[in-house]
Amino acid sequence: MAIARAERLVNLVLCLLSTRQYLTAERIRSIVPGYSDAVTDEAFFRMFERDKTELRDLGVPLEIGRNMGVEGPDGYRIARRDYELGDIDLEPDEAAAVALAARLWDSPQLTGAAHGALIKLRAAGVDVDQDVHVAVEPKVRTSEPAFPPLLAAVQEGRVVEFDYRRPVPVEVRRRTVEPWGVVAWRGRWYLVGHDRDRRAPRCFRLSRIVGEVAALGKPGAVERPESVDLLSFVARSQPATQDVPTARLWVAKGRAQGVRRRARHVGEREFDGEVGDLLEIDLRFPDSAAGWIAGFGADVVVLEPELLAKTVREKLLGALRGAGVRA
Amino acid sequence: MTSANSSADRLPRLLALVPYLLARPGIPIEEAAADFAVTPRQLRRDLELLWMCGLPGYGPGDLIDLSFESDTVTVTFDAGMSRPLRLTAAEATALLVALRALAETPGVVDTAAVRRAVAKIEAAVGQARPAGVAVGLAMREAPETARVRDAVADGVLRGRALRLRYYTPSRDEITDRVVDPMRMLLVEGRSYLEAWCRLADGVRLFRLDRIDAVDVLDEAASPPPHAEPTDTSEGLFRPDPSQRTAVLVLEPDARWVAEYYPVEGLVELPDGRARVLMRYADPAWMVRLLLNLGGEAHVEQPAELVSEVARQAAAALRRADHLPAT
Repeated sequence: MAIARAERLVNLVLCLLSTRQYLTAERIRSIVPGYSDAVTDEAFFRMFERDKTELRDLGVPLEIGRNMGVEGPDGYRIARRDYELGDIDLEPDEAAAVALAARLWDSPQLTGAAHGALIKLRAAGVDVDQDVHVAVEPKVRTSEPAFPPLLAAVQEGRVVEFDYRRPVPVEVRRRTVEPWGVVAWRGRWYLVGHDRDRRAPRCFRLSRIVGEVAALGKPGAVERPESVDLLSFVARSQPATQDVPTARLWVAKGRAQGVRRRARHVGEREFDGEVGDLLEIDLRFPDSAAGWIAGFGADVVVLEPELLAKTVREKLLGALRGAGVRA
Repeated sequence: MTSANSSADRLPRLLALVPYLLARPGIPIEEAAADFAVTPRQLRRDLELLWMCGLPGYGPGDLIDLSFESDTVTVTFDAGMSRPLRLTAAEATALLVALRALAETPGVVDTAAVRRAVAKIEAAVGQARPAGVAVGLAMREAPETARVRDAVADGVLRGRALRLRYYTPSRDEITDRVVDPMRMLLVEGRSYLEAWCRLADGVRLFRLDRIDAVDVLDEAASPPPHAEPTDTSEGLFRPDPSQRTAVLVLEPDARWVAEYYPVEGLVELPDGRARVLMRYADPAWMVRLLLNLGGEAHVEQPAELVSEVARQAAAALRRADHLPAT
């Protein structure tokens, strides 16, 4: 059954490509092999509708119109200039880049699409060698549950609604957004768009979307401003890296290698009855430093700055609570 | 490849096949099948089908004509299907977004070549409007990591063994080892070297920011033939049933744990919390993670992990209290 259908569809494409006249459905029914299987008019029109949908889904540009001076129903044809991929000729280094680009995605939505693009480029005569050898193989995953519905909404230009969780203070709130794009930045996915509640452009982390994303209203309702550069919008929304603060730590002898490899040795000191080293360390990622240091437990003590010492203390108290101890 | 025969998969291939063959007269069927990622058997079935298709009239001179010689094929009449169909918006997006990401990332491929490829594909596709997807592959990294990256890339490209001084966080340990590099990966904003580790006798991923020193050796890299590249599609960490299991309740701020590490059986709880089962090999590492999360994760099981976290947190607090008041 599927085979007959594929054959009918190829014949339909060839037929509509070869004609300059618009062919009515009835005419197509009498010409293209396979449609005669439909015994009733109703069966034929159902079959023909399904075929048209499939061709449109594949991107085949079906034109609808009426031949000059002819009365009657609309007909169909495919304009060759809209159907055919333009001339393309890639140098070997360009083709290598294309092969690598097609391998970038680890994504159900994008891997197949990239493969489809490669097939068409090859069919256009481009030799895309899969065995490109490069030093770095970049991979981008789209495992966030919110990714497929948001990508679809962006591509269809539809408004979306979702529950969004803010970390500080913790709150989950419904957001209505006109989506402009989905952006991967430093290993995380973001949605950029116009936040209808805040009446301003905003950037949302996909991992903080709770539950389902609902698309509202009609396709084509969202207009992305021409001037917006998605990537730099997300980059600008990130907190800027300030001056790198330095911390002084006491580290027990021979312990906490993870801290030592990042630190400068400035002396030795006995602390709490144990021998240890005095180290200085640049806190390149201050927001995550306290947790990282707390991870080493009693092997590392923050001497200064005081704020860091306090935050580490809070982390440890939190860990105690997390282990069910009332402190 | 169960769906190779369904028409949704098959029709795009059928439409591309004739122009593809037209550009490559006398191509071995096996080679064509590989390019389309189907079996030679499936490709022969496709060719048989195309042979039945053609222009209205459908007489001998109207049908697509192919000539087979031993295991090769040539198109002798294309019935007007000489060019492939245009790229769909989704196809153009997938390819162009990936290319633009590569163009913005120095050190992967020649970015000038990438930009030329983007321009040519855009011209051929005729897609004026940029897609609503953008990818920045750049990551935040320390200056010393950039130096490590250069040396590692040199070893990968020239096929040389590397001597690494590597920090293993699971054991909080620094070791020297010789590895046979296979490739470098850039996944979720982090760079890795994938190599055969002679110390571990297996394929390992080494995060570049954990490599403290690297020497490119004169010795050629020779990963054994059974060294398989890691499949990154399911994430870099695989749950291993032989490992221990912890039951954690993650507060909203610790949800990243469920994305980064292999967790199972995620159950959504009120207020954005989630209960997960998490596998771990090394209890010391797990305790460090839980201290790090500082109450953003409640550990429910196993009991010995709960008491170890409590013990170490209490010990650290006791010691911090020895600080002279300032």
